[in-house]
Amino acid sequence: MNTIIMTVAAISAITGFLALLLSVANRTIANYGEKKILINNEKEYIVDGGDSLLSALIENEIFIPSACGGKGSCGYCKVKVTEGGGTILPTELGYVTTEEQKEGIRLSCQCKVKEDLKIEIPEELFNVKQYDYIVEKIEQVTDKIKHLRLKLPKDNEIDFKPGQYIQILSPVYKESDEEVYRAYSIASSATDKNYIELLIGYVPGGKCTTYIHNYLKENDKLTIVGPFGDFFYHNSDREMILVGIGTGMAPILAILRYMRDNNIQRKGTFYFGARTKEDLFLTEEIDEIAKTLKDIEIVYTLSRPTPECNWTGPVGRVNDLLDKKLDDCSNLEAYLCGSPLMIDAVLDVFKKKNFEEQYIFYDKF
Amino acid sequence: MIEISPIVIFFAAIFTNNMILSNFLGMCSFIAISSEIKTSLSLGQAVTFVLTFTTLLNYLVYHYVLIPLGLEYLRYIVFIIIIAAFVQLIEMIIDRYFPALYYALGIFLPLITVNCAVLGVSLFMVIRNYSLMQSLAFGVGSGIGWTLAIVTMAGIRQKIKSAPIPKGLEGAGITLIITGLMALAFIGFSGIVVIQ
Repeated sequence: MNTIIMTVAAISAITGFLALLLSVANRTIANYGEKKILINNEKEYIVDGGDSLLSALIENEIFIPSACGGKGSCGYCKVKVTEGGGTILPTELGYVTTEEQKEGIRLSCQCKVKEDLKIEIPEELFNVKQYDYIVEKIEQVTDKIKHLRLKLPKDNEIDFKPGQYIQILSPVYKESDEEVYRAYSIASSATDKNYIELLIGYVPGGKCTTYIHNYLKENDKLTIVGPFGDFFYHNSDREMILVGIGTGMAPILAILRYMRDNNIQRKGTFYFGARTKEDLFLTEEIDEIAKTLKDIEIVYTLSRPTPECNWTGPVGRVNDLLDKKLDDCSNLEAYLCGSPLMIDAVLDVFKKKNFEEQYIFYDKF
Repeated sequence: MIEISPIVIFFAAIFTNNMILSNFLGMCSFIAISSEIKTSLSLGQAVTFVLTFTTLLNYLVYHYVLIPLGLEYLRYIVFIIIIAAFVQLIEMIIDRYFPALYYALGIFLPLITVNCAVLGVSLFMVIRNYSLMQSLAFGVGSGIGWTLAIVTMAGIRQKIKSAPIPKGLEGAGITLIITGLMALAFIGFSGIVVIQ
């Protein structure tokens, strides 16, 4: 009996003492007081010092893109720190190039607010907000891809450019013990401001895709932050090359829908690549759009058609197809979305054919 | 208490009783952070720093709190708590007052809380019945030994970056094999001194 009491008392005393020590330290040593953050030389925010810049900004409803949730492993949350912030940390070096370092680019999840800061962020990030959407419809379009239609409650509106993406906040659920943000391109037209549509492929073991595919039901609430991204439609007269592979078709569909809704007639070709015929989806709508946008040609291409596909269209990867088809690239404009491997392969083809870089827009995922 | 000079223990902890290569302790950060010499050196320094002070603290707590109370069997849990609290506290202090040091070591400190080499040294100190000076020498030596092992490994890994490694062995696989080979080499020293 004595031993038990002694043990409990000793452990409690030691942990109690250490806990006291730590909380005192937290109040005194780690307390930096209120600090000012001046953004783009116009907006000033007062925040509690000591936190990371990323979380200080999120507290003030400024959403910097971040896919890993502040762990320093995605490299998206870059901001330009012009004053304060100290030197760049070794954890950031892998994501910030030497040129960017000279400009003062930091990962906002690693840079801590210990003094007053002056930072610069793209103006459009002020437009980024957090929305609570209602899931209106979930539809299985291929065996691995779900089509989500989300509705904004009441009079809320989202302003985005066709091609941009949002992030879904995947909550804590049975198979994931942490909240994660994951990025998905918007597939719906930018003229439709109350709704967004997403095409989400299943990734085995993926925290967010498992949630979407196996747990999310119609009429559920889904938290979304956005819009983000510098991949979007540009107005010009150049002939368009649109490439979407698998779910990479989503932002291209957003561009096509936007062109349809605004009656923009441009010459162009849309290459929609997939593995087999079963992996192509929403083809009826694409064909319907092509009837309105008369100058857009649609090319479906399969990389691995099976005999059951009865496929008569082009076979092979899009980069090989482009290599054969493209000749004169002087008046072209390209929008590419798909895996980094596919995009790099297409970029190689463009380079070979002297495609002007400023007219190539792409979104790797 | 055994009569071995602290200096002998210090060198033994580096070469013959290396924490990684003869006890296989502290493997996870050893594998994860050993891809670059510079960062592994920083991590090694942080480990040495933490080892020195936690060994000292744990020695004092063990001999002046746990033994008088007859609670020696609580050492596992007490040592872990003390290590965790110490690392937390040190991180806060460095972060606030020594920015340059935080830059070099601070960011690695959270990794060390869960480094089993740190707990291992404290427990060996008890098992082997070391005196204060012996424990201190053992702590510093183990830290330097750990640094030596991880920096060597980082050097080798930088060299093999361009080597044709079979696909299945890339990354952790080849690192573990190299660790084994290095351990064999270090075992060669082991007959020279006895420290337990």
